[in-house]
Amino acid sequence: MSAARTGNLRAEARDNLARLRGRYPAQFRVDWAARARFGLGLGVLIGLAALACWRLDVSAARILNGLGRLGSFAVLMLPPSPEGHLWTFLHALGETLGIAFLGTLTAAILAFPVAFLAARNVVSNPFAHFAVRRGLDVMRSVDVLIWALIWINVVGLGPFAGALAIACSDFGALGKLFSEAVETCDRRPSEGVVASGGSSLHRIRFGLIPGVLPVLASQVLYFFESNTRSATIIGIVGAGGIGQYLTELIRVLELQQVAFLVLMILVTVAAIDWVSTRLRRALIGPAAR
Amino acid sequence: MRSLTKLPPEREAALSGLYAAATGAARRRTLAGFALVAVLAVLAGLVAEVRPLIFAENIGKFTAYIRQILPPVGLDHPVADLREWYWGLSGWLALLGETLLMAYLGTLLGGLAGFVLSFAGSANLMRSRVLRLLTTRFLEICRTVPDIVFALIFVIAFGLGPMVGVLAIAIHTTGALGKLFSEVVENIDMRPVEGLSAAGATWVETVRFAVLPQVLSNFASYGLLRFEINVRGAAVLGFVGAGGIGQEFLGAIRNFYYADVSAILVLIILTVFCIDLATEQVRHRLIGPENPR
Repeated sequence: MSAARTGNLRAEARDNLARLRGRYPAQFRVDWAARARFGLGLGVLIGLAALACWRLDVSAARILNGLGRLGSFAVLMLPPSPEGHLWTFLHALGETLGIAFLGTLTAAILAFPVAFLAARNVVSNPFAHFAVRRGLDVMRSVDVLIWALIWINVVGLGPFAGALAIACSDFGALGKLFSEAVETCDRRPSEGVVASGGSSLHRIRFGLIPGVLPVLASQVLYFFESNTRSATIIGIVGAGGIGQYLTELIRVLELQQVAFLVLMILVTVAAIDWVSTRLRRALIGPAAR
Repeated sequence: MRSLTKLPPEREAALSGLYAAATGAARRRTLAGFALVAVLAVLAGLVAEVRPLIFAENIGKFTAYIRQILPPVGLDHPVADLREWYWGLSGWLALLGETLLMAYLGTLLGGLAGFVLSFAGSANLMRSRVLRLLTTRFLEICRTVPDIVFALIFVIAFGLGPMVGVLAIAIHTTGALGKLFSEVVENIDMRPVEGLSAAGATWVETVRFAVLPQVLSNFASYGLLRFEINVRGAAVLGFVGAGGIGQEFLGAIRNFYYADVSAILVLIILTVFCIDLATEQVRHRLIGPENPR
């Protein structure tokens, strides 16, 4: 019944379109400028995409060709099985988690003091915190894999280089996030500490740290989560963990084992996500995620 | 100044006893937390083969490496040195452009796919539980497998080249953006949706006229953020043969062309900086100063 009724309403509105237009000119006005802007934006997006397709040699034929091969790979992946290497894989997975944990922990410990140097409300000298921030930015914009390549030169192949690489790139990212947390911290506790005669160290210890600590801890947990993902790929350049096996097995097309490894990664990441979401809720209350 | 009124001694003792107990409990919890973290760290250190001695022994190598890749630009004739340092500038710029285009096309394709899937994956628009669960699971898989793993598999299926990078980025971006987009969609004001369905609009019409106007600016902002991340990602995808500047960079590191390493690294860092700044500007304009994030 309601469908028939709405149908009637629509038909009625269509019949009286001219009168409706006359009555509500504002609703029917066409904003040509906005449309032109939209069209221009869309044109730029599509033009760039076309340029990219041409430059990068993307073609439907190549994609279809490859998709066929991918399909046969997908069949070869079934059923996923470790084929007797379960313990090796589990050890590699443990290594991966170790890399992520150590890397995140080191980065957090290093970033904690530096964040206060980079915060505007702690160090009032603009040059000091500008310099610290740009330094952190440089650390951050070098990718984990590049850091891994550099550290491999220093400590040799293996998971240790991976942990150092994650520590380096996260030091930059965490330092930036920490300093932002310190800057947005409530001002009143630290003013209270200063007003009752505390030194600037007292101010940091009793006015700032209690306020920012839960936020920082939650960020560290979040980074640990995302680092378990990064740690799975760091083995691609030889810095330990499960990525090493993944690369090798993909190269030799042992696809059943590859599928098993990918499943292991998915399960581990889901488990870590679950645990760290729980911990984060406990740390900063149910409101934040 | 008036002197403080003293509490009766037995009451003071009771209160300070309670205070000591409370702080003691908090302190014990903190210490237990620290102990747990320390134990985990030692375990992780054992598994990850941390060898502090080797680290201490070889830390000199790190500084030496940094010294070696420092640009060979002297004060005597800086311009000529600079030109020599950047001897391959035109080729590198072309590769860098390729990397940027890879990131762009991958973000665009992944964003489109994520855009379509986000509506199917959000609880307030999709009534069918099965379809919604399938969508969210699919997005999760796309998101959890790192793009470089996709690239490794695709290199074998599609052959070497930047197209592999585009596809790998696109799939990972689908997962990441699909999730963020559907979170945005789940937080919309439902009144326009109800109004349109009451007026007899179809599902597509509802999405177009009630949902899209509310979410488009946030979508664009997340898309730009993802582009920024993908530029970094695309720069290293070349490590597995997926084109772009990464391949050249890996070659420079593996062959110990120290000056090239620093030259390309500086180029990459500068590009990432510029993209960061530009997208931040656009994002601020998109979502307005009243809602900074």
